[in-house]
Amino acid sequence: MLAFIAKRLGSGALLVLVISTLTYFLLFFSSSNVARNLLGDQATNTQVVAKQAELGLNRPILERYFEWLTHALTGNLGTSWYTNQPILEALLSRLPVTMTIVMIAIVLAAVLATVLGMTAAIKGGWVDRLVQILAVAGFAIPNFVVAIVIVTVFAINLALLPATGWVPFSDNPVMWALSMVLPVTALVVSTVASAAQQIRSSFKDVMSRDWVRTLKSRGIPNREILFKHILRSSAPAGLTVLSLQFVGMMGGAVIIESIFALPGIGQLAVQSTAQGDTPVVMGVVVYTVILVIVVNLVVDLANGWLNPKVRVK
Amino acid sequence: MSNPTAAATHGAPIVRASLFSRIAKNPFGALSLTVLAVVVLVAVFAPMIAPYNPNHTDVNNLMSGPTGTHWLGTDAAGRDVFTRALFGAQSTLISAVLVVVTSIVVGVPVGLFSGYYGGKLDAIASWIANMLMSLPAIIVLLAVRAAFGASIYLSMIVFGLLVAPGFFRLTRTAVMSVRNELYVDAARVSGLSDARIISKHIFTVVRAPLIIQSAIISGIAVSIQSGLEFLGLGDPKMISWGVMLNEGFQNIFINPLLVLWPSLIISLTIGSFALFGNAVRDALEDSQKIKGSKKAKLAKVQNIDVAGATNPARDFVSNNKHLLEVDHLSVGYPQGDGTLKHVVQDVSLYVDKGEVLGIVGESGSGKSQTAFSILGLLPENARIASGHIVFSGHDLVTHGGGSISQKEMAQFRGKRIAYIPQEPMSNLDPAFKIGYQLVRPMTKLLGISKAEAKAKALAMLETVGISNAERVFNLYPHEISGGMAQRVLIAGAVACDPDLLIADEPTTALDVTVQAEVLDLLRDLQKRVGMGMVLVTHNFGVVADLADRVVVMQYGRVVETGPVRDILRNPQESYTQELLGSMLEGKTPMTMLTTSSKE
Repeated sequence: MLAFIAKRLGSGALLVLVISTLTYFLLFFSSSNVARNLLGDQATNTQVVAKQAELGLNRPILERYFEWLTHALTGNLGTSWYTNQPILEALLSRLPVTMTIVMIAIVLAAVLATVLGMTAAIKGGWVDRLVQILAVAGFAIPNFVVAIVIVTVFAINLALLPATGWVPFSDNPVMWALSMVLPVTALVVSTVASAAQQIRSSFKDVMSRDWVRTLKSRGIPNREILFKHILRSSAPAGLTVLSLQFVGMMGGAVIIESIFALPGIGQLAVQSTAQGDTPVVMGVVVYTVILVIVVNLVVDLANGWLNPKVRVK
Repeated sequence: MSNPTAAATHGAPIVRASLFSRIAKNPFGALSLTVLAVVVLVAVFAPMIAPYNPNHTDVNNLMSGPTGTHWLGTDAAGRDVFTRALFGAQSTLISAVLVVVTSIVVGVPVGLFSGYYGGKLDAIASWIANMLMSLPAIIVLLAVRAAFGASIYLSMIVFGLLVAPGFFRLTRTAVMSVRNELYVDAARVSGLSDARIISKHIFTVVRAPLIIQSAIISGIAVSIQSGLEFLGLGDPKMISWGVMLNEGFQNIFINPLLVLWPSLIISLTIGSFALFGNAVRDALEDSQKIKGSKKAKLAKVQNIDVAGATNPARDFVSNNKHLLEVDHLSVGYPQGDGTLKHVVQDVSLYVDKGEVLGIVGESGSGKSQTAFSILGLLPENARIASGHIVFSGHDLVTHGGGSISQKEMAQFRGKRIAYIPQEPMSNLDPAFKIGYQLVRPMTKLLGISKAEAKAKALAMLETVGISNAERVFNLYPHEISGGMAQRVLIAGAVACDPDLLIADEPTTALDVTVQAEVLDLLRDLQKRVGMGMVLVTHNFGVVADLADRVVVMQYGRVVETGPVRDILRNPQESYTQELLGSMLEGKTPMTMLTTSSKE
């Protein structure tokens, strides 16, 4: 088990290194106009050259990369070109917002998808057809369209919920909860149906295994077979679906945060991309990749724990 | 053929023309094909059919609602929304094609070589695929935008790379499964080059899944493209549905319709891609079903021949004194065309207390289906068409078919009727320890405590010949051998002292040496407990070894029945003689079969 964890950690670290290297060269290879863009048309050439030197852009890219890497290893991801704010600080201050909506959404999506998927697999009939239809609808309607529709209906027309903005929990828990409702709903709606369909098919697959028939022949009640044996064996597939949903939701959060004006990592990503604040974009990429890898590792460990073949070794 | 997906369908010989017509017959398939065809036509002919210049601004007519001159109204700059929606189809279509082409060009060849040659290439390619799949696409696309500026088409090519692992995995899995098929081996032996094998044999297998995957990826591409443009990260000068959505959202308080139109169009297009993919999948599944029903018809024709012979089952007299009585049982599976494909027809048999009945037949003879009918464990789509099953005075299947509810059936299962399956390794729940799987039925059915059940389970394990019972008790199913697993399953079956044991090919999956031991064990247990037993097998040797009486089945019908000695010595039916003959081929006759002793 320890060897398994160590191997996965090593592979994860390698992945972060490869991706951050690729991203660094992608982002900084063509940053010749940065100083001019930062200073505006009014600036003299001398000022531009001075700014370039200040940002270190006149140095070779390899040298800059190794400097970035050694700093990043100590937790220093550099500073923003526009605000001079340390990037790690910016990320950490925005992490709670993104994590709150993504985590609430993923838990809700997991519960709903499991209930829907299991019901569809066990009952069949109209529940099954409903899940199929919802899965196509959930695929067809992108999350930003869902967000726009629920904002228009619940915030603008019915004025039930705040349309945009974020209230910290410590300021006003009720407003915090209300400001969560629409963004979380948008994320859940666009993921739950496809997750339910995948859980349905893995559940159906397990239901048709030989040992299920043998358990029935032993006189074990159907309910116990469903909720103890079949659920247990289809859980790894469900967890894998969830880890993919997490990656999807980290992407979805970028769009959702922009629509609802939530000060999360996604909004930071969009802002810094639009401005050309390359070090911040770099920081966001590295940070997100680490988050995704950590979540995947946790899912792998949970699957290992669920699967006795891995556990015993 | 301007529709790229339809063109792909036509280019594939394996996906025959009938596939296309089947997709068109499916209402969702027809609907999605129509929508996609309209999108393509609109994209191509937009300059000709659009009522206005897409960039023509009417400053006196800003954000009007739908009118006779502006069917969908005008936007914040006074431009005709309908015209811009038509032109928006162009960038959408180009984006979808770019993504699909990029990911196919990258994913499919790598998948082909990776799956065909395996080894290091495969390991590296799989690692890269896993890496790409763990990246949130939007974040990567933002980085690309930051590096290279606002080009939606460049973003789409990069997105194509990000989704290429989907095509890679699909191709790789298909190639790996086909690679070791006999016909590919045959092609290799006959001297075909690797390249020809790949293109001729393997590519045909992956074509249909590739069409489905392309449809899905196209839908995602439209979603991502619109999403980027909606965020204002696309090219603002371009006319596209996402840009329209972005501009409309800025004025959502003034005119929500400006958001409604692009939202509808985007969702309709993505939905059509998804439905098209589903329609292709359904059409492929249908074609498999049609092949299956042809086989069924063949079986029916052969049935008639058998039915022409005298049916020995008719001699059977029902007297209700038997432990188990199966009376004129017919089981079938409903087919697509509403008919019932019979797998068991008019089967009658009985088992007395302490008696072993062998059911012999080749695979597909309906012997296992008969056994599952008794247990009430037929697959969900199976139907008992007619017949009657009585177990020790209780109706399991009432006259005229229709089994009793699972709940009522459950009071017999385990406690009075037990079951030994064919495949030992796939019949234990891999997630639970062997001990638990033995103890739980006992605590449930016999109402004894866990400690008592454990003591009984350990004793049972020793009875079935497992010496270190305590250790096996605490193991998981994957930690024991097949022979041991079958012993565990036998222990589980007889743990609650059943009156009737149904053993479905109990030794087929085992090594020859283990087979004999398991047969000995079954005989001992049966004698000691005095239970009735139905022994389903294709092997006359097993029957000769264990059974008192035998029922020979073919094509779902009983061919011959009688005491085992009579059948072995003097088989009446030619089929029984054939079965016996095939068993004895190349073997020295055993004394039991000859009337005079040769030694």
